[in-house]
Amino acid sequence: MTAAGSGGRTGTPDRTPSPRVDVCVVGAGPAGALVASRLVDRGHEVVVLEAGPRFDRADRRERMERSIRPAHGARSVWNVGGERDAFTASGERFYPLNVARVKGVGGSTLHWQGMVMRLHESDFERQARDGVGADWPIDYADLRPYYSEAERALGVAGDADNPFAPPREEPFPMPAFSPSYSDSLFAEACEEAGIAMHSVPNARNSQPRDDRSECVGYGTCQPVCPSGAKYSADATIEAAESKGVRVLDSVPVQRLEPTDDGERVGAAVYTTPDGEEHRQEARQFVLAAGGVETPRLLLLSKAAEHPDGLANSSGAVGRYFMEHLFAGTGGRADRATRQNHVGFNTSESHQFYDNDFEKVDPIKLEFLNYAGPSPVEMALTADEWGDDLLDSLREAYGTHLAMGGLVGQLPRARNRVALDPTTTDDHGNPVPDIQWSLDDRTRRTLAKANDLQAQVFDHLDAGVEWVVGPENTGPAYHHMGTTRMGEDPDESVVNPRLRTHDVANLTVASSSVFVTSGAMNPTLTIAALALKAADHVDADL
Amino acid sequence: MKLTRRDAVAALVGAGVIGGAGAAALARDGFQADSNAANGEGEGTEAIVEALVGTARAVYPSEVENVGGFVETYAATKLARRPDFRAGAADALSDLDAEARITFDARFAALDPVESETVLRRTGAETAEPDSEGTTAEQVRYYFVNEVLYALYGSPTGGELVGIENPQGHPGGTDSYRRRPDR
Repeated sequence: MTAAGSGGRTGTPDRTPSPRVDVCVVGAGPAGALVASRLVDRGHEVVVLEAGPRFDRADRRERMERSIRPAHGARSVWNVGGERDAFTASGERFYPLNVARVKGVGGSTLHWQGMVMRLHESDFERQARDGVGADWPIDYADLRPYYSEAERALGVAGDADNPFAPPREEPFPMPAFSPSYSDSLFAEACEEAGIAMHSVPNARNSQPRDDRSECVGYGTCQPVCPSGAKYSADATIEAAESKGVRVLDSVPVQRLEPTDDGERVGAAVYTTPDGEEHRQEARQFVLAAGGVETPRLLLLSKAAEHPDGLANSSGAVGRYFMEHLFAGTGGRADRATRQNHVGFNTSESHQFYDNDFEKVDPIKLEFLNYAGPSPVEMALTADEWGDDLLDSLREAYGTHLAMGGLVGQLPRARNRVALDPTTTDDHGNPVPDIQWSLDDRTRRTLAKANDLQAQVFDHLDAGVEWVVGPENTGPAYHHMGTTRMGEDPDESVVNPRLRTHDVANLTVASSSVFVTSGAMNPTLTIAALALKAADHVDADL
Repeated sequence: MKLTRRDAVAALVGAGVIGGAGAAALARDGFQADSNAANGEGEGTEAIVEALVGTARAVYPSEVENVGGFVETYAATKLARRPDFRAGAADALSDLDAEARITFDARFAALDPVESETVLRRTGAETAEPDSEGTTAEQVRYYFVNEVLYALYGSPTGGELVGIENPQGHPGGTDSYRRRPDR
């Protein structure tokens, strides 16, 4: 079939369902986009249902201006918030869900940072190796070919200079971005501190590729890349549509409707902007709505055969929610450091990822290229102008240095995405309730990350001005673990083929299937798992 | 430090008003076409441009030169291509002119830089949060003060005043972040 009428750029698009298709994908973020793209390549008829809108690429510079100028709330850049995105956070710690997501064609890759590392072999075997967490039912070798395909699909600029990375079989698709000037300052200090630095794999073009520009240095990667150099999944969606995938935007799926015997999903029930409800039927369904909306939709899809939510006989749907926590140290040097020219990082250290510290989890260290204030943003919020403002900007800008780092949480059943029946969204559905807490092991790991950062700063001739650690950490906005993968139907939601144990034609492609979080940004693993899921769906059709 | 046409083009790119091809055409053909279009399309456009120039002369640092030429060319294109912005700025200008008449018995654009700064302060714009639909102070901050500050500090020349030749919002390439500070 063609994309005609499915997402017309003029007039009102046709949002009525297609006659029963081969595959219905819920969510047009990176996972849904890659699943749809692969399955149309295999000759299948695919419909994608996306809750959010299409964002016109031509508007990205305006969105960038909104991100820089203080008059516009940060969430307004991608229209996040309001009744549609209402949520509850009743756990020990508040969880700022709407900072963490974008609803629309492209999903959260519209506002992501674009760092794409593979998980380490150890991440798949934490129970066997360290006696903590759980083991994945697949290992790194299973995902390794999919990682390569994912790097090609997203377009990753990287270098094989990382001695701590897991084995890889081929070069990155593009050369890495060269180290920054401030990296060179860190390099001297790290040499003295005995810490090895290396390049960062970035899902952003270091050279023109896939009809997208090379990076031109707008410096606003998060939350918007006006040049399109940073990968976002709308590019994959557009390519898939040109091959015949049908994508319906602004059609939030309300529930998945099982067949009478409860064995299969019969239809995805969605609503259109004019309030009409439709049913999209398909032979196979792929749920790719992220780590929060994926379990929420399953919990909203209660039925006679699935009284606790669809595919939830284990009770694990929504549980084992995991995040990455930020550890950071920053200060000022006695010399210029050249920050905020670009919005991405060019050096990291994974030396302490597979560490042998006592009761400490993996640590990823980052060397930031955007430490301290951006002069233009500072000017727009200043309470002065003229020469006084210029003096303040000169004083504030230019000598900052900062390190970041990620630390992962182990899976704990108490951390979960549940439904809050007391609060409903714009369609009357209970909103997600994020019940989130930190444990001592995570705090201990954050403290260790801070110790390592302090060692570097000791050799930098830079005064430490701030530390983010165990007491004031925050999430990195990576939702994981809420429909965990496993062999045992009593303890997990999907099997190693990413299909739900309980429902024969329902697959999940999302960070929600992660068994452990590792401490690497999750999107490359999401992409690899999506491609693997697509292979299994293809085999079942 | 002198502001140039190139800076105005860069500011317009940073403000999302024009894209790559538009920027090239504008740099090549000049701003006359947009300026004419602006004058023809929107009542009071000239007055808004004059007021933005007056604001810039009050809030830009003293070492910046060619403020008038820079802001006129920037504002002409912005107002021509963003009718919603022009309409909002026209409303805010009414309040700004009212304050100018109370204080100096003249419209805002007719004031010298010292008088302009006095009027801007009297509106409360110096410490106000920018808001396109807010109080007079908030609207003046949004449409006038922040508009010209964004144009300046989002441009390479404005950035260089502070020490960053590729400020956030400017597509200055991927060389500058690697340069040593002595370059």
